[in-house]
Amino acid sequence: MALNSRRDAPEPPDFSHLKRLARDQLIYLLEQLPGKKDLFIEADLMSPLDRIANVSTLKQHEVDKLYKLENKPIVSTCDQLCFLIRPRIHSVKWIANIVNTDKAAGRFRRYKLIFSPQKFYACETILEEQGIYGDVSCDEWEFYLLPLDDDLISLELPEFFRDYFLEGDQRWVSTAGKALHLLHSVYGPFSKIYGIGRCAKMTYETWRELVEDGEQRPRQPEVGNVFLIDRDVDFVTSLCSQVVYEGLVDDIFRIKCGCVEFGPEVTSSDKSLKVMLNSSDKVFNEIRNEHFSNVFGFLSQKAKSLQTAYDKRRGMDIQQMKTFVSQELKGLKQDHRLLSLHISACESIMKKKTKQDFQELLKTEHCLLEGFNIRESISYIEEHINRQSYGTEHLLTFANLRKLGLLVEQQPGDTITAMENKVGKLVTDKAVGKLTDAFNSLAKKSNFRALSKKLVLIPKVDGEYDLCTPRDMAYIFSGAYVPLSCKLVEQVLDRGWTGLEEVTRLLNGNEFAVTAGGSGGEMKTKHDSQRLVFVVFLGGCTFSEISALRFLGRERGYKFIIVTTAITNSARLLESVLDSRV
Amino acid sequence: MIQNKPDEDDYWNNSKFKAFTFEDEDDEFSQLKESKRAVNSIFVADDDDEDDDDVEKVSWSGEPVGSITWSIRETASTNRMTGEERDYGFPKTETTAQIPSLPKQGSSYSLSSLFKGRSKLGNFQVLSDCIHWVPVGYRPGATNNPSVRSFAPELRKPKSEYKDYISDWSPEDTVRRMQKGKPYSLESFRSLKDKLLLLDEAVQVHDGNIITAVLIFLKRSLSKEILFRELVSRQIALQHFIHFLKEAGEQILLLELLKTLGRTEDMALLQYREHLNIQDEVQRKDFLKGCISLPFSVDDASHVQDHYTLLERQIIVEVNDKHLERAGQTEIFKKYPRKASILNMPIITTLYYSCFYHYGESEGMYSSPTNIKKTFKISDKQYLLAALGARAKLKAWKDVDTLFTTKNWLGYTKKKTPIGFHRVADILHKNNAPVQVLQEYVCLVDDMDLKLNLALKYKCHDVIIDTYKDMKDRHQLMLYRCKVDRSSPEERKIDDILSNTQIRWKN
Repeated sequence: MALNSRRDAPEPPDFSHLKRLARDQLIYLLEQLPGKKDLFIEADLMSPLDRIANVSTLKQHEVDKLYKLENKPIVSTCDQLCFLIRPRIHSVKWIANIVNTDKAAGRFRRYKLIFSPQKFYACETILEEQGIYGDVSCDEWEFYLLPLDDDLISLELPEFFRDYFLEGDQRWVSTAGKALHLLHSVYGPFSKIYGIGRCAKMTYETWRELVEDGEQRPRQPEVGNVFLIDRDVDFVTSLCSQVVYEGLVDDIFRIKCGCVEFGPEVTSSDKSLKVMLNSSDKVFNEIRNEHFSNVFGFLSQKAKSLQTAYDKRRGMDIQQMKTFVSQELKGLKQDHRLLSLHISACESIMKKKTKQDFQELLKTEHCLLEGFNIRESISYIEEHINRQSYGTEHLLTFANLRKLGLLVEQQPGDTITAMENKVGKLVTDKAVGKLTDAFNSLAKKSNFRALSKKLVLIPKVDGEYDLCTPRDMAYIFSGAYVPLSCKLVEQVLDRGWTGLEEVTRLLNGNEFAVTAGGSGGEMKTKHDSQRLVFVVFLGGCTFSEISALRFLGRERGYKFIIVTTAITNSARLLESVLDSRV
Repeated sequence: MIQNKPDEDDYWNNSKFKAFTFEDEDDEFSQLKESKRAVNSIFVADDDDEDDDDVEKVSWSGEPVGSITWSIRETASTNRMTGEERDYGFPKTETTAQIPSLPKQGSSYSLSSLFKGRSKLGNFQVLSDCIHWVPVGYRPGATNNPSVRSFAPELRKPKSEYKDYISDWSPEDTVRRMQKGKPYSLESFRSLKDKLLLLDEAVQVHDGNIITAVLIFLKRSLSKEILFRELVSRQIALQHFIHFLKEAGEQILLLELLKTLGRTEDMALLQYREHLNIQDEVQRKDFLKGCISLPFSVDDASHVQDHYTLLERQIIVEVNDKHLERAGQTEIFKKYPRKASILNMPIITTLYYSCFYHYGESEGMYSSPTNIKKTFKISDKQYLLAALGARAKLKAWKDVDTLFTTKNWLGYTKKKTPIGFHRVADILHKNNAPVQVLQEYVCLVDDMDLKLNLALKYKCHDVIIDTYKDMKDRHQLMLYRCKVDRSSPEERKIDDILSNTQIRWKN
């Protein structure tokens, strides 16, 4: 597909600086507490930390023992304790408890709290209230951005979604603004900034203020555009089952911080294996964005060429053999290992998906997207609800879904067709009824239909959609649906928001477009560096969306850099609104 | 120009700035220095080195100092207007609605941009900002600026002396200082008006962290009635407050707030949520009983009622079954020891459990499936799915058979199901039902193609052969003959059919 690209996309900037920056700052902070110390790390900071440093880095800076922050008494005997945490009230309360327990026991220790990526006043208030403000030192580890790949940067803040979209708490808005400011100062300035969504707008404003407050350096040539988008602009895409390889791997095995743990069923041994999934894995890089149905073909082709490469050994003289062993063999072995891993992963995916009637599920999803066969889809959903068992805790989940606007109950007064009425009556379990109603309203009342029509999100296909050589971004959903989020990016890069008035109205407005650096921006847009586009997802994005944007980039000669608050998928999105844990 | 620190104190005493007519100008200037923002703007003016020791670089020396104070106050509003028209270099979003009622004193604009090429206005601007920041929250050592730390404490004067300026420290400046982690003080915001201006400013800059910080201050310094009243008209702040109270575990205050807001359903859900914290089942049950009377929505109310009833019954069943299991006299518990307690399990799981261990009990028993079905108004479909799963697991094929058998008024029996026989077959297959059982249900699938597919999938030879026969598809039948075992009953059956001259084959 790369051959088809009309223009050469620019090379992405080197984001490894961001890792250096974070590592250096962490080292600096650790040095602020000289001497031996035990380090307690919040569970969800462990993987990001792993990506930028390792145990020996920590040991070099006199970290003695490492602990995971858990809600239980500590056993450390060290005189200095360092806590690397997210700014959460319950973590700070737990630490306050440790400090006060020590105090009561007459034990003297030094404590340091390192909040990442920033501290919150609410947390400091806890320290104050617990009478330990001043007894502990507080610092901020401004680790805003973790590059997960050449074109993917994550804030690793999955709670961004719930905090902002469900609870209405804007605490991470300034964090996002600061993260963008960091990008701006290292890789910017940017020439055009587009956005849609209330959060996008606030994030932009925060960023702008930071830029204005900062030192005004002599202006560099401007690079690239930025597109900010709120997750609630497009919930539908993030809730669809994924069928591109990377998305499927994420849906099934859960990719965490760019790393996946394949269980014994994949590794065909009794051990699990953690594998980094990024562009440096040659095999993975070629299949990650492919529709799953293409992956087998690719893998078997790859296996054949690998075999040929191995076979070259035959008939080699000793000198050639020596060269082969020293130069090629290692690479081949690496390929071999990766290849067999991805083949087993595919097998495992197939097994799991066949068991779940995946085909039927996809069919139903596609029907719902198209607005076809709604009744059949509803009875399919109903049947699946009937065959599972749900607990009472979902009373709270329903309340949260309602708040997000993802669950709309059908009002008794609403006009419904006779047939739908019948469906409704068949369903006596109230929970089932509610969910069915939600899908009803998704199909009937929401703006999705209108948007889909306006933006042509459902491609018209004569015959079979060619998944091998896709013609649009819909390939990521088997040709059934072009992701709304990515379609917006495409349209706006083409012509700004003009002509999309109806679309933005349906999306609740809040769109904006600004040209930084005053006038003249328009003239430069044809320039090569302008083809670098940062797409910022506030509230998370899925691997499918990333694949779609990579496709768009190849087609149009853009290089997209995806910046997201976290990687999400349908399961994570729904889990984030559960309320069963206290 | 100051070049090194030891000279600084001397400098202050001899400065030409003495002419400045503020009462405690020394303090003013020391404070000035610790303001990074002012320093930043100075850089741009001179675009020079990056040290912090160059306050005098601000070229205000020639200005008639006394008049500046006057002009600041007079121009506070006009400055803002001029600011609006500037080329920002990093523009505001066009659609942004500014809250017009908020007095802005120019502080939200880039000082650096104001400086560029507009020295006169720029100087006023800087000074005005500096004055606003001056004294209140200064804490020695709390600043990032080391040069300030070295001499500022000596220059500090008692608060009473600069109280005049406290009122000059605007909400904007306070919020900005908070955003930047600089020393600040909220104590001067004593009037309700000031407090609310502060809150509104925090909301205006979109910073949730600051909004919450201000709310914590308001919570401490306002009576809850007043605070709640003011939050009603401030939705964003309200959401932050609710979230903060949730996270901080201040349940009681949160309930009061929701009550004031008239959000009774939220209140009820919040109280109901507490049951998750109760481990002991009897206590939990009693708590749920108390929840029933809470002002839930109609739907939710019946769910909560069900939740209570369910747990109540589960407790009874659990005690009884535990006893039976321990006694070791009951066949079913001996053969299939329970894997877990039934307490707190969802309703469908409970129904499955009762179909597994208590099938056929009379309706009067709490543990009987019929009682559960009736009490919780479980639909036929859901009941059937649970019962089918449980009986199939136990390989009680007779029970399975009875589940679908109905008698019509003439006394003929007929098999019927609300879930479709393809589903029935699927569930039976998943429970490893033998082919003899499976094919009985596959046969009942109406759709011919579906029936054939299922039969092929489950290897129900008889069904496949009969279906081909019914379809008069001799071709397929002959193909299928190759797939069955040699001289098996299936092969014989196919041969019989193929040799039947009565059938009119379509091919």
